[in-house]
Amino acid sequence: MQDTKALLQLQAVSRCYQSAWAKDTIIENLSLDIAPNKMTVVIGPSGCGKSTLINLIAGFEKPDSGEILLEGKPVKGPSHERMVVFQESALMPWLNVYENIIFGPKLRKERSMAEIKAEAEALLEKVGLSVFAQQYPRQLSGGMQRRAELARALINSPQLMLMDEPFRGLDALSHELMQDFFLKLFEETRNTCLFVTSEVDEAILLADQLAILSNRPAQVRAVLDIDLPRPRTQEILNSPEAYAYKRQALELLYEEALKNFQREGKPDDFLEAYSQQEGRHS
Amino acid sequence: MTLKIYLRKHPGIWRGVLSVLTILLGWECYIQGKIWLGYPSQVPVPSAILARWADVIMEGSYWMSWYSSYSRVLAGFAIAMLLGIPFGLLLAVNRTSRALFFPVFEILRPIPPLAWVPASLIFWPTQEMSIIFVIFLGSFYAVVINVLGGAKNVDIRYLRAAQSMGANQWQLFRRVIFPATLPSIFTGAAVGMGITWEVVVAAEMIAVGGRVYGGGLGFFVWNSFVGGSIEQAVIGMLSIGIAGYTASSLLRYAGRRLMPWHTSQA
Repeated sequence: MQDTKALLQLQAVSRCYQSAWAKDTIIENLSLDIAPNKMTVVIGPSGCGKSTLINLIAGFEKPDSGEILLEGKPVKGPSHERMVVFQESALMPWLNVYENIIFGPKLRKERSMAEIKAEAEALLEKVGLSVFAQQYPRQLSGGMQRRAELARALINSPQLMLMDEPFRGLDALSHELMQDFFLKLFEETRNTCLFVTSEVDEAILLADQLAILSNRPAQVRAVLDIDLPRPRTQEILNSPEAYAYKRQALELLYEEALKNFQREGKPDDFLEAYSQQEGRHS
Repeated sequence: MTLKIYLRKHPGIWRGVLSVLTILLGWECYIQGKIWLGYPSQVPVPSAILARWADVIMEGSYWMSWYSSYSRVLAGFAIAMLLGIPFGLLLAVNRTSRALFFPVFEILRPIPPLAWVPASLIFWPTQEMSIIFVIFLGSFYAVVINVLGGAKNVDIRYLRAAQSMGANQWQLFRRVIFPATLPSIFTGAAVGMGITWEVVVAAEMIAVGGRVYGGGLGFFVWNSFVGGSIEQAVIGMLSIGIAGYTASSLLRYAGRRLMPWHTSQA
């Protein structure tokens, strides 16, 4: 389990939300190693706590127990070492694309404005948005917004990119184009990446390592090494190897989803909540 | 020529003119008969009002009323913005201040500005100050409530993204919370500006007695009515409408200039 070469280690991490009379455990004893320069994809049934996992690694939330180590050092709060690309788009609507991209470096003042400007322009070129630098986010298409957000994360040269279902909400064609674009970018830069998704095809297409989460409370159910050659294209999903991985992943996911389904149907849960409430008053 | 092209590009302008003319025409036709609901009517017709207006605009006292009302509105409104924006932001970002000030604010808020007139007359040394104070109250609550709501509802993803990129507390406020709240600030300003005109007129009717100069448009309406000129009272009413409209238009224009990213609202 202990891989000293891992860039990021999650060690028996738990997280629960405490409400007035119920304790909701989202993540329990989750352990996972993320290898450097690899794409680790995390997949799980909907509502299993994937976003909470991202929030913990990003430092927006703290685990109730367990440890998160980046290169052996515990994670303390948000940092530009771990940049998140959010669901939907989280570009600041009041800044144009260029201003959005230089937001981080400009705040930290580690480099001169000229250097920042040069890098921003190079990144704009790379994501194909040079012409749109002066536009506001709402003037861009969904796909362009995601590319701008990738550039905004990349300029901070993070050690780890955290992608929280970043292509959700795009139409089918843009979705596929973004996957192609993102694959190419990753294969070029090999920037370590944790990619959260709920789509199996996307997971197989992108992953070097695929972690399948259990239903709530989330644990790592299985880790599959996706040993498909790079560079990859959408075509690879038609290969028998990819198909085998997909079957394997789907079977595990199906079991987990089924548990969720069965559990939701039980009236006991309902009554349990009431009995706890009763206990609180007595 | 250029005017023709301009009007074609902005059909709203001549449609607006058309709607105003239609209303005036309907009014004229209906009241010309001098019978309203079966009784003889004293409601003046637009043609008589316009004829009277042509005389009135030559009088200095009329423009003096405009000046008085406008300066009161702007003074009260400016103070409401200057105090209301920081206060609303403070309530939004600081839990202690919210706990301390919000209850007091909520107790004072339901009191209509006009109910403050007597107390205000006693409290402030001059009548002018008390009128401005009442106007200030009218818009202050609208500004604070909107700023507070806007600043509390800033999308947490913006804050988190900025935090990851290394923003400290002041930078989060200056670079994220403030710009994200700007649209709500303008909404509050627009609502507040509307209330100031409602308040200034009533305040002038109640508080300003007997002075022709410095009475303002509200006094102008009341004074004309008492003096027996209904036409002139209606002129005062329409002037207030036009004054309010120009003030809100200026505000909307400023909003568009300051927030080019924001989808323009009606």
